[in-house]
Amino acid sequence: MSEKISPSGAGRLEDPALLRGEARFIDDIAVPGMLHAAFVRSPHGHAAIGAIDKTAALALPGVHAVLTLDDLMPHLVTERLVVGLPSPSYRQDRSRPALCGDETVHVGEPIAAVLAESRYIAEDAVALVGVDYDVLPAISDCRDALAEGAATAHRGAKDNLLAEFDMGYGDVDTAFAGAAHVFAESIWQHRGGSHSIECRGSVAIHDPVNDLLTLWSSTQMPHSIMRTLVEMLGRDESRMRVVTPEIGGGFGPKLVVYPEDAVVSVAALMLGRPVKWIEDRREHFIATTQERDQYWEVEIAVDQEARIRGVRGSIIHDHGAYTARGVNIPQNSAESLTLLYEVPAFAMNIRLALTNKVPVTPVRGAGHPQATFTMERLLDRVARELGLDRAEVRRRNLIAADKMPYEKPLKSRGGARILLDSGDYPACQQSAIARAGWDDFPARQQTALADGRYIGIGLANFVKGTGRGPFEAVTVRIGPSGKIHVISGATAIGQGTKTMLAGIVAARLGGDIANVTVTTGDTAAIALGLGTSNSRLTVTAGSSAHIAAGKVRDKAIEVAAHLLESSADDLEIVGSDVRVKGVPDMKVTLGQVAHAVAGTPGYAMPGGVEPGMEATEHLVIDQKTFANGTAVAEVEVDIETGGVRIVNYVLAHDCGRVLNPMIVDGQLIGATAHGIGNALYEWMMFDEGGQPLTTNLADYLLVTAPEMPPIDLIHHESPSPLNPLGVKGVGECGVVPAPAAIISAIEDALTPFGVHICRAPITPPQIFALIEAGRDGKTA
Amino acid sequence: MGETRRLAVTVNGTPYEEVVEVRLTLADFLRQQLALTGTHLGCEHGVCGACTVLVDGLSARSCLMLAVQVEGREITTVEGLAPSDQELHPLQQAFSDHHGLQCGFCTPGMLTTMVEFLGDNPAPSEREVQEALSGNLCRCTGYQGVVAAVLDAARRLREEPMDGTR
Repeated sequence: MSEKISPSGAGRLEDPALLRGEARFIDDIAVPGMLHAAFVRSPHGHAAIGAIDKTAALALPGVHAVLTLDDLMPHLVTERLVVGLPSPSYRQDRSRPALCGDETVHVGEPIAAVLAESRYIAEDAVALVGVDYDVLPAISDCRDALAEGAATAHRGAKDNLLAEFDMGYGDVDTAFAGAAHVFAESIWQHRGGSHSIECRGSVAIHDPVNDLLTLWSSTQMPHSIMRTLVEMLGRDESRMRVVTPEIGGGFGPKLVVYPEDAVVSVAALMLGRPVKWIEDRREHFIATTQERDQYWEVEIAVDQEARIRGVRGSIIHDHGAYTARGVNIPQNSAESLTLLYEVPAFAMNIRLALTNKVPVTPVRGAGHPQATFTMERLLDRVARELGLDRAEVRRRNLIAADKMPYEKPLKSRGGARILLDSGDYPACQQSAIARAGWDDFPARQQTALADGRYIGIGLANFVKGTGRGPFEAVTVRIGPSGKIHVISGATAIGQGTKTMLAGIVAARLGGDIANVTVTTGDTAAIALGLGTSNSRLTVTAGSSAHIAAGKVRDKAIEVAAHLLESSADDLEIVGSDVRVKGVPDMKVTLGQVAHAVAGTPGYAMPGGVEPGMEATEHLVIDQKTFANGTAVAEVEVDIETGGVRIVNYVLAHDCGRVLNPMIVDGQLIGATAHGIGNALYEWMMFDEGGQPLTTNLADYLLVTAPEMPPIDLIHHESPSPLNPLGVKGVGECGVVPAPAAIISAIEDALTPFGVHICRAPITPPQIFALIEAGRDGKTA
Repeated sequence: MGETRRLAVTVNGTPYEEVVEVRLTLADFLRQQLALTGTHLGCEHGVCGACTVLVDGLSARSCLMLAVQVEGREITTVEGLAPSDQELHPLQQAFSDHHGLQCGFCTPGMLTTMVEFLGDNPAPSEREVQEALSGNLCRCTGYQGVVAAVLDAARRLREEPMDGTR
């Protein structure tokens, strides 16, 4: 299959309803008799909770209940959300409760839920709930958390070490001992929140006749919530359904199972009324998971030719107060650090620190931007110290195309091989620097400097493991109506999943995308599903859809051959018909074919085929497929203000075969905007007591239209050998190299001041301070 | 229910007479009382722009207005932009053609904001479009497709002006 797959004309299947305001998001669901929930949330980073006084809240007209953990317990098998991914590295079990018991460990943690006739009344009542707090010492900085004698994030804990592990290969000590040069860096990186423009939400409805509890949730992973709630509530699968409505952006934090999902579900059962909770933006800042701080101490050893001999170091990772996902982010960081380059020896120690802050889980990029920033900062350092061009240092170390597939002696979190499956990294870099005018830049920089303008250029290579397995489930079914139905455990969160699945299936089944319906994110529609994360759906769900559609196609032709009394080899599917090649009038419709295998009481199946015109596929692919790319950023820095303007941005990337160019471009550009935010704007600040300081979108800055430079995309297509479509994931890729490329460019622009930057984000005041320090250094 | 007041307002050409709580925001009035859920709430503090509607043709953040403030006014929401069930507004069509939306949650506010903008400035530059979009946050698109869509819509509207567009 070499053709591009996209609907006829531009645009996506999803677009019309979204553009007309007719799409149904979680807050658009309204059910008669529905109660509204609002949560009493901890105002303290760490406190013991004493008595909770509901009296005044319950006295407010319109309030139906105030629920604490004690109230929920009779309806729960366990109060904990046990959701951590498996790892032998855990030193403490910190699964979080549905509501706080006698202790709260971060600001924003839910303590009680108020159920009322309206959200307005529920919020009034929240203010009337009295909670006795005994404030305890809190720990905010993850480095402090691991220091001897630090206050513990959880009362009674031995320390704050949540998990520790090592990763590496080769003889690092020898590599460093024999190196011509060793350079060390201390790097701080911060990622911030996801800030989908839609916050989270849940609506639970209990049907007492069938004893069926339906939870609508703005989740990336309905099957995961289903599994957790079945365990917590002790219900069996036939009496629970989780459905995802239209999702207003996910970006990672919506893959997590949240306490509110459990509380809303239990409240609907307890009160016999539908219950709705919609997160507001302040709650999103304090109660939705984030990806925050990593502190890296790293060293690189190179020979006289700047060829890498080894990399070693350690990471301290801010885990937050609970395990809401696992040790996966720093695992991704360490695992991906060296992937692009020939690195003979590697050793990292990784420690995850508990802090009194909202839990950390993946945000678009999931640890990869940090690894890229670290590695690319190290290589820039090598180039500067050895007086070499930054692109040349990389050229000498990138894995050559003729070495693909290239196995790294590492294992994924599930034990799968880390095999770089395809790609031409040097060619990708070369295309990006050529487009960006890299070789001419020093001359342009000199000219600008003569005019008093400080311009700089930077580059960053990245590789991103995508398509995380083991599978995604897809059923393809032709109904007697002639419609082709695609049902998947995948979840559509705005990335065009339905268009992708419909396009792949239509390409196998007649080519008419308008004849395809797509159902995603409904546990009642398909038994299995892993949902949306890790840039995985086109690889996993796309491949399953391709195979299932092929099976249905073969069967449709077989049945049509029987009905038309012709040879299967002579038939083709065009639009909604199966017809004899060259004789368009000799045909049956797909609907007739489906009807024929739906069975007629007392009559044999046509051609003796199995009943039903459908196939379900769960193609198992354990290995990740690795997308790669190179970003080159050109910036101008205003040395009077520290302001940075990105003048040009080139992104050469390779996500394997590109199925829908418009969607691929959209994913790359959108993720690049997020990456620009990570480089220059986004900083979720806390004080020493774990009190969040940036809790609105005026204090915490997202990139807006005027900050966006033109994004110049270059597409390379190295098909992945790991799946039948040859595709790789793309959703997160753009975010990964952006901070590294932009900050390299800022440093380059400020070469006259000897500025060295080992942090992301970096803001104008900090840039200004570095410039001033550079001036002092020069005059001193 | 707290203190209430009678409200007469026209929304997307339809006149309504409703009793509203005085503290009800315009956004909640539209979404909950009139079931016009196309207007979305992204921050409820006036920054993200998703809830933008047109009040007598002028863009306003419906999260920062009270319903009682629109007595006697004409409101246009995203549901009121398309000329028919078969046809999209040229701006809506351009958003689809240029991939100016992904999750689509911020889109209603962008559309209403840009309808007003193109009425004021039928032939904007790229930079002017970017500036006019600066009060609307989008986390999906990186804005490039949105800007392209608005520029293309401006061209289409210049060639074939629409009735009802200011």
